[in-house]
Amino acid sequence: MNAVRRRALLAVPVAAAVARDVAAQPAVEEDFAAAERAILAGRTPVAGGIAIDMPQLSENGNSVDLAIKVESAMTATDHVTAIHILAEKNPVPRVARFALSPRAGRAEVATRIRLATTQTILVLAETSTGQVHRASRDVIVILGACVDGG
Amino acid sequence: MSGSITARITLPEQAHRGEVVPIRVLVRHPMDRGIDAPGLRPVPRRILHSFRVTYAGEEVFRMDLSPGIAANPYVEFTTVAVETGDLVFEWIEDGGAVYRREARLVVA
Repeated sequence: MNAVRRRALLAVPVAAAVARDVAAQPAVEEDFAAAERAILAGRTPVAGGIAIDMPQLSENGNSVDLAIKVESAMTATDHVTAIHILAEKNPVPRVARFALSPRAGRAEVATRIRLATTQTILVLAETSTGQVHRASRDVIVILGACVDGG
Repeated sequence: MSGSITARITLPEQAHRGEVVPIRVLVRHPMDRGIDAPGLRPVPRRILHSFRVTYAGEEVFRMDLSPGIAANPYVEFTTVAVETGDLVFEWIEDGGAVYRREARLVVA
């Protein structure tokens, strides 16, 4: 019984170390997942309906062209209300949020973003009917936007 | 509190009523992320965190920016030409500074 207790004591620090490792490593991805969950707010996203125009390979992560088109009639009853850009491996996963109304005419936006490293870009588009469209694109980044080389 | 900012705003001089007009805005700003890395002089975070556009007094576009937006932020969006009027572009910087620019859209 004594041996068992000693074994149990030994196992504790190992388990703690493993837990710390797991917690420390994917902290960024955790934030990304949390950001997506917060935007979805319990809603189940519909795949597609979004065209993402972004180079597959980007030489410079300091400025990456990104254009988003969401299929929408943009009428008073059915229009895109918000477009979110999320970057999986950026220190700040929520890159931008656009608020639109029927006055936009089309659900199309473009901007230039910073990318820390090769990763997936996620776009969520909320509509006035309560639906959320979801699309993602992978991008290879040669020179990341982070100073520390990450 | 309103300062001056260098911005290039591109929109058609004239549009037909009901036409969807593309608007491109390029503004000069470092978008300092406040990176604290060895060998770097620490610079506090100073970005334009909010961008808002009103057209003839009504809000038509809004963007929340993060440090993930490239320096000298570029934005492209569309609006429906409803009447001749001013588009007011307003940026809010960390610290509360507000920058404002205007452009007129003539609707035939």
